[in-house]
Amino acid sequence: MTAETGIQTGTLPDGDQRYRQLQRRHRRGRIWLVIFQASTIVGIIALAMLLYTIVNDSFGLVAIQNKVEPSELAIDGVALDELTHEQLFTILKANISKGVLARMEHEQPFDERSREDVLDLVYERVVQPTILSSWSLSDSILRRRAIQAEAARDFPQAKLEFRSWLSLDFIRSPQSPTPATAGVRTALLGSLWMIAITILFAFPLGVGAAIYLEEYANDSFINRVISTNINNLAGVPSIIYGILGLAIFVRGLAPLTSGTLLGISDPTTSNGRTILSAAMTLALLVLPLIIINAQEAIRAVPRSLREASYALGATRWQTTWFHVLPSALPGVLTGTILAMSRAIGETAPLVVIGASTFIAVDPNGPFSKFTALPIQIYQWTARPQGQFRNIAAAAIIVLLVLLLSLNASAILLRNRTNRSF
Amino acid sequence: MYIPSYRAAISAEYAKPTTAVKLKKKVRISESVIQTLLFLCGAISVLITLGIVVVLGRESLLFFASEEVTLAKFLGTFKWQPAIGEFGIWPLVNATLMTTVIAMLVAIPLGLGVAIFLSEYATPKQRSTLKPILEVLAGIPTVVYGYFALTFMTPLLRSIFGQNMVEVYNTASAGLVMGILILPLVSSMAEDALAAVPNSLREASYAMGATKLETAVSVVVPAAISGLAAAVIIGVSRAIGETMIVALAAGAGPAFTFNPFKAAETMTGHIVRISGGDLSYDSLDYNSIFAIGLMLFLLTLSLNLLSRRIVKRFREVYE
Repeated sequence: MTAETGIQTGTLPDGDQRYRQLQRRHRRGRIWLVIFQASTIVGIIALAMLLYTIVNDSFGLVAIQNKVEPSELAIDGVALDELTHEQLFTILKANISKGVLARMEHEQPFDERSREDVLDLVYERVVQPTILSSWSLSDSILRRRAIQAEAARDFPQAKLEFRSWLSLDFIRSPQSPTPATAGVRTALLGSLWMIAITILFAFPLGVGAAIYLEEYANDSFINRVISTNINNLAGVPSIIYGILGLAIFVRGLAPLTSGTLLGISDPTTSNGRTILSAAMTLALLVLPLIIINAQEAIRAVPRSLREASYALGATRWQTTWFHVLPSALPGVLTGTILAMSRAIGETAPLVVIGASTFIAVDPNGPFSKFTALPIQIYQWTARPQGQFRNIAAAAIIVLLVLLLSLNASAILLRNRTNRSF
Repeated sequence: MYIPSYRAAISAEYAKPTTAVKLKKKVRISESVIQTLLFLCGAISVLITLGIVVVLGRESLLFFASEEVTLAKFLGTFKWQPAIGEFGIWPLVNATLMTTVIAMLVAIPLGLGVAIFLSEYATPKQRSTLKPILEVLAGIPTVVYGYFALTFMTPLLRSIFGQNMVEVYNTASAGLVMGILILPLVSSMAEDALAAVPNSLREASYAMGATKLETAVSVVVPAAISGLAAAVIIGVSRAIGETMIVALAAGAGPAFTFNPFKAAETMTGHIVRISGGDLSYDSLDYNSIFAIGLMLFLLTLSLNLLSRRIVKRFREVYE
């Protein structure tokens, strides 16, 4: 650069030469500006491609083949969907074995079931639609003709229809081995249980530690160790927390985390791989984040507020509890919500502590085995069949919507309660 | 903390009280109980670190104490197959390094480019729209990136380089997507470092006739170099510990290869695969994930400490 610009050598270029040199320097500036802009655009394109891939797999054409066509089940020209409760029950009785029928009756008597419920059963047990093949959204729109030809050739019995893999049924139905009927209900409930218990542990501990570090701690060796340590913990990979949780909560504290100590679970079948173990592991993981965010919020409370309180004779705790904390609360809560959204998407530690992969029963408390939304996504993505990709994509949309609403509430909270001193 | 007790003393003297005022600090039990509880909350973080070190250390010792494993074998051989007594860690380390290098090849140039653009060129309006977009990128769970690698990046690589060249699971795809994941981390830390350089430096450079690019590259970047280096190191540490992307896209099976289009299992990927199955607590497999975990922990911890050291040591301080 020195030789080119010639500034250091003391011979400034003149006239035409100087003009050319200036032009060259400006051209180089423009080229690099384009490069810097391009790298920003690459980031945005990456995000767009990510979202596109997910949406692309969540909707699309499917080839469905019914074991029994609904039209064959119509009685006296009345379509299947229009039949009465009794007629549907008759169809069900005629088409499934007595044993299965008795079991269903045992679960819930047919008289008490609603007509829609019985209709669902008829579809599930008698019509038995199976999805033979699925196509992505972009293919479904751009290559519709080719797909129709392909489906007519390969699956002559099947009907081609547009399916949204993300649906209310998908959110409401439990896990199932067939992609067409599988849902995220158990996983979603597992995630919500887990996150609630995580916050129960992490919030008081985190805020307590932040108060200690900001309001009480003097500059002693041990306090410096604590604050350096918190910063280092924030950089530990999440899988390490999983290993820690496996050794301490799942294995070491198994009697407590499995619920046998409290006499809640059956000691012969239960183990430490429960919601409680997972929640405690995640609590350790988000603790540094909550502490750091809460510290910042507490630090933003002006000194004058504290001194005014001291001047009126308040003790240190009274000052903290009645004046500092209320002012810092919006910031503390915002940080906590962000930590929650980190915890809800965390997968690796849950895999390590052994979240169960196939759970079709709703979790009913801290001591139940569970699966979580990210675990479900991981499991479905890892399977080779195409339709599991479709439901993985739909589950990702559910997860992202959950995260988005958490983050949006954090932003709302921050904006609404933002007060300046 | 400062408690204005002398004021009480002064006012006490001026008021000339009829009864004697006790100026000694009153001992309040509830206050000290609360202080102790709060201290315990803070101390828990130290306990977590100790827990990590103790748990990882103890189980790793058990791993190395077993007859089949020796440290020489661990560090000196190039095959990892615990089932037949092969315990060379290098295939796993090599795969981790490959994905990390590929990720950083994406994240460093792009991240620094984005940071320079946002800090030096972008108008406030551009910045306020672009930064949230990058933050969204940073907030997406890593398992989603794993899905993206497997369903988008791998087919893309396979269609570019040929189905025979690129295996279904490969480190290139995992590394590239990991680079996208780390990009916002590097760019936001780097931008903070660039933004901390005072404007007077830039204006002095302009006054000397430098163009915007010359100012950015030869004045602002050198002034912020410690922050930029720290951003890169934190990015590397994050890439080494990243799990779900490699577990989904890099392959399941340790392989010592330098070909980025071949499947290879990383350290984190191995931990996930081994612990994902039903693991019995006394097996060598169980102990091995602690040994690998300890290596990961020490590696990332030293990188994090290094980045803090660099920031502290080489930071240019402006008034």
